[in-house]
Amino acid sequence: MQKNMQFSREDRGQMDSAGATATTAPRGSKNEALIRFSDFGKNFGKGAKTVVATRAINLDVLSGQFVTIVGPSGCGKSTLLNAVAGILPPTQGQVIYRGAPVHDVNRRVGYMTQSDHLLPWRKVAANIALPLEIQRKPKAVIAERVNELIKLVGLDGFSDSYLSQLSGGMRKRCALARVLAYDPETLLMDEPFSALDAQLRITMQTEVRDLCLRLGKTVLFVTHDIDEAIALGDICVVLSERPGTVREIITVNLPRDRDLRRLRSDPHYVETTEHVWALLAPPSVAQKGRVA
Amino acid sequence: MSVWLIRLVIVGGFFAFWQFGAGTVFNEFFFSRPSAICGQLWDLMASGRLFYHSAITLIEALAGFACGSAAGLLAGIVLGRNEVLGKALDPIITIFYSLPKIALGPLFVIWFGIGIEMKIVLTATIVFFLVFLNTYTGVRGVSRELVAIMKLMGATERNILSKVVLPSVVTWVFTGLRLSVPYALIGAIVGELIASNQGLGYLLSNAAGQFNTAGVFATIVAIVVMTMLLNATVKFVERRMMPWQDEQATREVSI
Ligand SMILES: Nc1ncnc2c1ncn2[C@@H]1O[C@H](COP(=O)(O)OP(=O)(O)O)[C@@H](O)[C@H]1O
Ligand SMILES: [Mg+2]
Repeated sequence: MQKNMQFSREDRGQMDSAGATATTAPRGSKNEALIRFSDFGKNFGKGAKTVVATRAINLDVLSGQFVTIVGPSGCGKSTLLNAVAGILPPTQGQVIYRGAPVHDVNRRVGYMTQSDHLLPWRKVAANIALPLEIQRKPKAVIAERVNELIKLVGLDGFSDSYLSQLSGGMRKRCALARVLAYDPETLLMDEPFSALDAQLRITMQTEVRDLCLRLGKTVLFVTHDIDEAIALGDICVVLSERPGTVREIITVNLPRDRDLRRLRSDPHYVETTEHVWALLAPPSVAQKGRVA
Repeated sequence: MSVWLIRLVIVGGFFAFWQFGAGTVFNEFFFSRPSAICGQLWDLMASGRLFYHSAITLIEALAGFACGSAAGLLAGIVLGRNEVLGKALDPIITIFYSLPKIALGPLFVIWFGIGIEMKIVLTATIVFFLVFLNTYTGVRGVSRELVAIMKLMGATERNILSKVVLPSVVTWVFTGLRLSVPYALIGAIVGELIASNQGLGYLLSNAAGQFNTAGVFATIVAIVVMTMLLNATVKFVERRMMPWQDEQATREVSI
């Protein structure tokens, strides 16, 4: 708990979040945020064992925005997503979704986590059909929609396979198709690609970004990988160590249809990642520059 | 190939030693000999006694198995999905689980007499705990993250139960069922040993009472055969119910 002290209070690093997001609004959503964290804080446990996971979070997410959240592990990134989903109630403040505080399970969002949580006893097509079955859609409608989705995520020819026959990347595609099946307006992604190898990861990152832009999804994408955070985000929220507070909200000035494979040589990308590395590195390391 | 050869030599050697050592190396009275056992087995089959008593034991084991596993399944799902109830009953279950269920046999004789009912109840009690515990563990093991993800999809408790909990518990249930098969037979046979006038357990104690060693061994052979048949049945059903496990098993090993 002591080492939390070494990081600044929220008043130092935090920029005016409304200002930061306004400039990157992808479509004119009449400056009304789709998701608003308003002085949000979450503690776990009671009494002496209380863990302050995150506190004093103020953040606006506009409709259609791809927002990445980066920070050291344990700083409350997953907690933020859980709060948007309505799975964890806030200790302080609130999360406002479409103008109303989130109280119960928020059905307008879809969740993807690091482990894909597919059902091993179902084949690929049946896995993707799960949310549609829950909505009691007619069989024919389900079949048609599942077919579309399988094409959309590039799983053609695997609809009749069991998951044990798929590679890691294909399982991710399957999980992505499943979450897209019920067409939630917001996607919450919690380090979905951290278990993939570098090549596959960049492929999946490209596809997810392109798909989400094309489908007009609002995305909250959590990662502990700074490069990923900058590469994917329209804006990137940098959190401090626990208790997590917003250190900085970075507007990523890269084109919306950026090519992720070419980013490494983009000066703005390099500069921005360096900046975040410096922000997140422990002070002693920060002085020596970037140490991987 | 060599595995089979080694097996053949060991098994063949063992039976040869038994057959020809009886009466010279050790006392035939206590150990009998394979030829005598085969003779007994033949007599038992020819007279139809073996099938009669086997049928009795099988009925007891199957009825106990069915009642015990149905109750265990139900209790496992209810307590597994209901956190408060599960917590409340946990110590009571632990106490009952620690109790060797066979010790309840004499009590069941008082309650249900020495007929077939007492064996069914004894068997059901044993099977109940095995299936219950496995089901309970399985239900508890269902990922909370997955349940949350499904709730975001709009799933009701019933959806969660039918689409996630039950299918994912199948593996556990079958583990419980497979474990239970030999125990179901043990329950039935021990029940018969305690007090009975029919069944394989009765055949066993009857032969032993007459110092008919060959008869004892012949009955044991029958019990082993019956256990193997039951095990094979469960395995067969298991494979039919969980085809995805087959895919996993036949998949080339990779990590
Ligand atoms: N359900 C929970 N119960 C108790 N503590 C929790 C729970 N979820 C998270 N925490 C604690 O809150 C802190 C932030 O967790 P989390 O949001 O998962 O961090 P991150 O996703 O950034 O790694 C961690 O210290 C973690 O131990
Ligand atoms: Mg996390």
